Amino acid sequence: MPVLEGKELRIVGFLCNWCSYGGADTAGVGRFAQPTDLRIIKLPCTGRVNPLFVVRAFLNGADGVLVSGCHPGDCHYTAGNFYARRRLEVLRELLDVMGIQPERFHYTWVSASEGQKWKQVVSDFTARIHELGPAASFSNCPAVTVETGMKAAI
Amino acid sequence: MVQHTQELRKLIAQALPELDVVLAWTSGSNQLASAPLFITAEDDLDKLDFGPMHVQNLAAYLPSLKGRKVGIVTRGCDSRTIIELLQEKLINRDEITIFGIPCTGAVNIRKVREAADGQRLRSVEAGKDIVSVTTDEGVRTIPMQDVLMEKCYNCPSQTPLIHDHMVTERNGCHMTGEAPESTLDKLDAMEPDARFAFWEESMDRCIRCYACRNACPLCVCKDSCVAQSRDPHWVDLSDNPREKLMFQAIHALHTAGRCTECGECERACPMGIPILAMKQALNRRIKHLFDYEAGMDMENTPPLFMFRQQEEHIKERDAR
Repeated sequence: MPVLEGKELRIVGFLCNWCSYGGADTAGVGRFAQPTDLRIIKLPCTGRVNPLFVVRAFLNGADGVLVSGCHPGDCHYTAGNFYARRRLEVLRELLDVMGIQPERFHYTWVSASEGQKWKQVVSDFTARIHELGPAASFSNCPAVTVETGMKAAI
Repeated sequence: MVQHTQELRKLIAQALPELDVVLAWTSGSNQLASAPLFITAEDDLDKLDFGPMHVQNLAAYLPSLKGRKVGIVTRGCDSRTIIELLQEKLINRDEITIFGIPCTGAVNIRKVREAADGQRLRSVEAGKDIVSVTTDEGVRTIPMQDVLMEKCYNCPSQTPLIHDHMVTERNGCHMTGEAPESTLDKLDAMEPDARFAFWEESMDRCIRCYACRNACPLCVCKDSCVAQSRDPHWVDLSDNPREKLMFQAIHALHTAGRCTECGECERACPMGIPILAMKQALNRRIKHLFDYEAGMDMENTPPLFMFRQQEEHIKERDAR
């Protein structure tokens, strides 16, 4: 059930396959009500998150981006989230200097068993993005759609 | 002939038989036409010149000359680039010979042009503390302090941090007094929306020549640059500020923790877009988070190439 029916914003979530995606699944199985603004992209690890994914998401019209992975020390690949943590901290500054409020970006650690925590993360982040409203976008700049993306690729 | 240039020539002449090429600077018809000089024979030494108008960071040529014996004339700031390249093993220390020269400050040529109010420049002469510009309307003198490059105001060392040979006959930096307000200072004072609008306006001017990338000593991907990759298709070819800003974000993130703020990207930009500000912002953050400055210590590892289990300055962010 959408918390804010008809007022959804675009939030992109990059989730680690091993922990947070499982956590989101747990939240679903547990039937915890959550806002539905988030579109999840599953990745093998937060270490796979190129900070440019986040920049690209914002420039393509996302209003918020969430990255979530395993707790530090629990990475399936030993060290992926440690690298991610450094990169994402640096990314925050880039977003800031580009004029994208860093509050629109959040990264967190949720394990597969933490369905309740996942629900909280999504609800809080979505509420925060709704408080901030839609992100700034370039005027005179056609939106990126599947069609324009395809055309550009050809 | 200025003494330091003579000394530099002598040093290079001595080492030249051992080297394939020596990178230095030369002047063209006037000093604004400063260019790199590739010395392969002793005759070339006549053209060598060095002063505040010779601003290019020659270290940008080094990675492409890897495998050859290269000499390079280096100022303090450029030596940081060399150290960074050595750290990343993009060049080998035993292949390069560094001729250090104390820097007295480098001139921002764009500022000189602005000072001439759009008049055609007949000639430009850099003196000790002034730059004299001759236009059709006459001669104008500008204090050196007003036209220095931004990096000179925060220069950590006017003498190179590493060198094999050193020019001794040169001292005293032109830098006195406070740094003028930088683009980053201006951005800091803005609201996020104004910053976004600033980049929209700036990127609107970008002609996508990629001179910023080509001039960057740390952009070493060459033909594999993501800007030209079709798969994955990171940036499309449309002429709008979004794609251009995306490219700048790529450049800034790829040099994060490595950029020595030599300013070549901004200097090379034909449209005068202040793109260095992005890199300065990231460097500031990296200094705060990891207590790290690029190109200062050859034994260090760039911060994004490594991690610590307990990060001192990153507080674990909870869900809320």
